Amino acid sequence: MSLREGPLGDIRVPLTWSAAAALIIAVIIAAALLLGGRRQVMKAQAYAGARHVVEAVAAPVGGVLEAPVRWTRQGLGEVGGYFFAVSENRRLKAELVQAQALRDRFDATRLENQRFRALLGVRTDPPLPMVFARTVSEARGPFSNTRLADVGADRGVTEGNPVLSEHGLVGRIVGVSAHVSRVLLLTDPESRTPVLIVRTNGRAILSGDGAPAPKLDYIAEASPLRAGDRILTSGDGGVFPRGLPVGTVVKGADGAWRVALDADASPVDDVQILLFTDFSQLVDEKALAPKDLPTAMTEEGNPSIIGPAAPKPAAAKPAARAGAATPPRPVRKTPAATLARPAARAAKPRAPARADRKAHAAPAKSTARPAAKPTARAHPARAPSGAAAGPPF
Amino acid sequence: MSAHGARAARPLNPLRWLGAPMLVCIAATVLVATPIRIFGLALPEPVFPLALAFAWAVIRPSVLPPFALLLLGLFLDVFWDGPQGLWPVVLLGAYAAVLWARRLIMGQDFLAMWGWYGAVLAAALGLGFLLTAMAAHTAPNLIFVVLMYYLPTLLLFPFAHRLITLYEDADVRFR
Repeated sequence: MSLREGPLGDIRVPLTWSAAAALIIAVIIAAALLLGGRRQVMKAQAYAGARHVVEAVAAPVGGVLEAPVRWTRQGLGEVGGYFFAVSENRRLKAELVQAQALRDRFDATRLENQRFRALLGVRTDPPLPMVFARTVSEARGPFSNTRLADVGADRGVTEGNPVLSEHGLVGRIVGVSAHVSRVLLLTDPESRTPVLIVRTNGRAILSGDGAPAPKLDYIAEASPLRAGDRILTSGDGGVFPRGLPVGTVVKGADGAWRVALDADASPVDDVQILLFTDFSQLVDEKALAPKDLPTAMTEEGNPSIIGPAAPKPAAAKPAARAGAATPPRPVRKTPAATLARPAARAAKPRAPARADRKAHAAPAKSTARPAAKPTARAHPARAPSGAAAGPPF
Repeated sequence: MSAHGARAARPLNPLRWLGAPMLVCIAATVLVATPIRIFGLALPEPVFPLALAFAWAVIRPSVLPPFALLLLGLFLDVFWDGPQGLWPVVLLGAYAAVLWARRLIMGQDFLAMWGWYGAVLAAALGLGFLLTAMAAHTAPNLIFVVLMYYLPTLLLFPFAHRLITLYEDADVRFR
């Protein structure tokens, strides 16, 4: 039965007003979601569940849709390889000659490096485990740059894990469900990545803005940039290991320094996810446990330069009032601990104010944990530059 | 009565004028999200529900479209992993603007209506630009907002117009 044939057919319903009322209610709900999105509790409990469900459904669908694209690209590659085999063979032979010379230099440098490390007693970071994944769906608009990868918590992936292509850094994991994970690309407006400029060892923050080449912000004035400078992750903040390849500095059309990402050299369909959460996983916790060191002596006969060898009970009271559970022991004041305390203080303001899982350089978990383990945080400062903590590039 | 009039005079079934276009939009969004590069360049990402927001407001004022747009916006938030609530606000903003100017837009020819559509799109994406800039503490690249969102969504107007012509005369009370 149509509306006009019904009992309300002759009534001119003020639908404009009812539609406006419905619109206002919907806008209020949307605005509440927008404002509520800043609260970590709501996002982690209510909205994260919806995200996981949609991602779990979207991943297999995306995988099905992405398969023909991958097959087409492989087919075109094979056809191209067949027709250009002769010219490619010539090019590869020339590259092989160059690579052999580079290999000899690499071997000599590697041996020299090993000798220096042995002399200096430098401890290198152990290799990190990684899992391989395929990205099956992407959001490429300037408001959001993310991808879905077809591995999840079942393969050990956790939030904060760095994601790399065969050429360089792609982004990091910001959401994980059982079999799917969400990758926040370096180009997303909410992505912030601490990087270093290889030529000057200067630091900067790589800020995404939806463009293919993200901006370099907070560049130290003492380290001026040049087009062509290589950019690596700095490891600051503990989100990424130090030394992952990021890209090359270019001057943007807007006059800003930007980074042409290495990962753009080829489609980032196949990626590696480093199972790296923070620097504490790179060190042996037992080896870092406090040890009873001998008390330092001074020339004046004062038993210690740190404090009295046998502190009087009266001296311990202020410390206890100040909140210390036990009186300070001299052995705790190792140089590493002294260095790490300012880092612990500095790490707190870095934690994002709105506790968003995507925002800023480090998730709250990643920024806090290295600070809580002072010697673990001090360790990377001693580590040599380069991809020591990264994958075997 | 002409054949067109006879077809258009049928009662509006919410599943036809709301449900079916919603499903088409969701399917198109999922399809476009397939990671494809052509000559190394990413394909644009049209916001399909913006075409619906325009068409539904022109067709008739109704209680259901705002909630349908709210659902579509939540889907975009979750599927694209954008800031929570961003796309519902953008879609409802576009719908509210068209509803407000509905009497001016109705009855215009194809090109004039396309112009209105472009203006509403610009306002809605401008709102999205501001909200994203506030959420991320950095402004998205405006050139890529135009290239990736605005222009491809602008090209969707023929589909929005087709939806309007299908349903705008369904009930004479809304002319």
